[in-house]
Amino acid sequence: MTELAILDNPTEQFLRTDRMPHIWCPGCGIGTTVNCFTRALLDSKADLNKVSVVSGIGCSGRVAGYLNLDSFHTTHGRAIPFATGLKLARPDLSVVVYSGDGDLFAIGGNHFIHAARRNVDLKVICVNNLVYAMTGGQTAPTTPSESTTSTSPYGTFEPSFNLPQLAEAAGAVYVARWTTFHVRQLAKSMQEIFAKKGFAFIEVLSPCPTLYQRRNKMGDGMEAMKFYKEKSKRKDGVPTAEVGLTRDGEIPVGKFVDRERPDYETLMKDHYRRTMGDRYVETGAILCQ
Amino acid sequence: MTTTADPRGVLTGTHFIDGDHACCEGALAAGARFASGYPITPSTEVVERFAARIPTVGGVFIQMEDELAASITLQGAVWGGAKAFTVTSGPGFSLMMEHIGYAIMTETPCVFVDVQRGGPSTGLPTMPAQGDMMQARWGSHGDYEIIALAPNSPQECFDLTVRAFNLSEKYRVPVMFMMDECVGHMTEKVVIPPAEEIEIVPRRMTEKSREEYLMYHPEDDMVPEIVKAGDGYRFHVTGLTHNEKGYPSMTVKTQDKLITRLKDKIHNAVDDISINEETDIEGADVVVVAYGITSRVAMRAMQMVKDRGYKLGHRKLKVGMYRLITPWPFPDARVRAIAEQIRGFVVPELNLGQMVGEVERASRGLAKVISVPHAGGTVHDPEQIVEAILEAAR
Repeated sequence: MTELAILDNPTEQFLRTDRMPHIWCPGCGIGTTVNCFTRALLDSKADLNKVSVVSGIGCSGRVAGYLNLDSFHTTHGRAIPFATGLKLARPDLSVVVYSGDGDLFAIGGNHFIHAARRNVDLKVICVNNLVYAMTGGQTAPTTPSESTTSTSPYGTFEPSFNLPQLAEAAGAVYVARWTTFHVRQLAKSMQEIFAKKGFAFIEVLSPCPTLYQRRNKMGDGMEAMKFYKEKSKRKDGVPTAEVGLTRDGEIPVGKFVDRERPDYETLMKDHYRRTMGDRYVETGAILCQ
Repeated sequence: MTTTADPRGVLTGTHFIDGDHACCEGALAAGARFASGYPITPSTEVVERFAARIPTVGGVFIQMEDELAASITLQGAVWGGAKAFTVTSGPGFSLMMEHIGYAIMTETPCVFVDVQRGGPSTGLPTMPAQGDMMQARWGSHGDYEIIALAPNSPQECFDLTVRAFNLSEKYRVPVMFMMDECVGHMTEKVVIPPAEEIEIVPRRMTEKSREEYLMYHPEDDMVPEIVKAGDGYRFHVTGLTHNEKGYPSMTVKTQDKLITRLKDKIHNAVDDISINEETDIEGADVVVVAYGITSRVAMRAMQMVKDRGYKLGHRKLKVGMYRLITPWPFPDARVRAIAEQIRGFVVPELNLGQMVGEVERASRGLAKVISVPHAGGTVHDPEQIVEAILEAAR
């Protein structure tokens, strides 16, 4: 009798397999981004005991729970401030914020710009599916004009955020955008931010077939891949003001910003050393008794 | 199972400082090395002092962009292994409610300091009130129990802040430190003892291996052991209803088990948690129940009653005081026992009647309960309390 060879998936070690199956719909892109993330963990040879993942609320907010790392599923919009506290108490950890567009840019928008301004050493991955998916497909600050959502039955008319431009203006040291069609480029970008110090930001355009694609007659997950393939255009280094998204137009992808700025911890410690001299008691990890 | 304070944070000596500064020194003595705040009157002096002191002790203060951020940033620091707190007043306290719920659900040990001012809304930013007592108890959604302490002097702002941290570690619960503008801005003598005389409850870090450890498996006192990030446990923390492994499990059974335990771990330990001050309760006809600055005004009223020699029949009217140092969990059994022996309670508060409802509930009609409300802005005229004492004695 022929024995079937059972091959181990090399990324399985990064997942909480005892929590499968996951909650995401068929055709959803979040799982694809997680797969890219596990590939980045593998390739970056990160010490997995020293990587923490922090999520907010929503479909993408569930990522933390499926990763076999120290993981925090926090409150809606507050993944970044939670991660800020964790990172400042534990500079020895790599802290990743993994959440959705509504979470990071509507309810959590204020925290995003301030963490970027401070240049807190966080790796922020935003899965942008253009709507609030968990709650049923309502309009988000990223929903392109003229899209139909459950709270915009006659179409949206509000202008949407251009996330890379916002991130750059607020101070991020690394800004890239990919779609879930660009799995290799995305994994490479994720690997790059593990080596980057400071506030790094990746936007991943990801389909929500159940709530965005369907209402906008854009087909299923496969149709989304075709759409991303057809519409995306590699535009590394272009001014972020030019990379805004529209409902049916071009999708500029690539690495737009990669620069150096001292991160929050460096700024703080240098400042206290300079101004306080011997009175300054410098600390690494802040651990209680 | 206690240890003593890390001497680096302890400013041993006799000081003349206000309650806000004393609270900061209490936090440092307790081992807090992380604070995230957002400026709000009349609490700001606590973090101003912390910002000045912490670089000389070793730790971080970060001023966040709002209270929503401040109240969760500290919880990130706690899961990294730090002792942490935040400080606010009424409007900021309102914004922090969701994260008080998060700390309860995730059993994150931490301290929330609320220096109360007049409300609702912007209210009286620079003037005292005690209007957040029920918000401290019930302000976040869902069912839970918390611990709240109410100091009435700068010395107690120091002593009880240390206690607040200790209780938060022992029970893995956010402790509400309910000051008021008067106590916060009152300057008095504060004695800070040597570090070796300050008892510290260490964090309940597990010694179990990753394989043995269950994130939310309760010990005998219903409190689970804790871990911190970076130690290889690969744990999960969520505000969702979760099982003992820490994984989301949104079933009726898990909800019942978890929420009941979160309540019972505090409720059943009231004798350990609750310290309150009793003055002349034995043989009293009337007992004043008060807390914070109002307890000091009530002491004046009691002295006035004594000096004026009011009579009850042929003997002198006797008035005692039950000072709530631990408003939550409410000391039901003790208040009921006192109710059996007296004619009436008088409950002055800088609100329109909050803790008085608890006194009524606990005394179950065994004694009269008279509220002495005050909308805030200043303290009571002691004469109002005297009148209520006489009415209670009738």
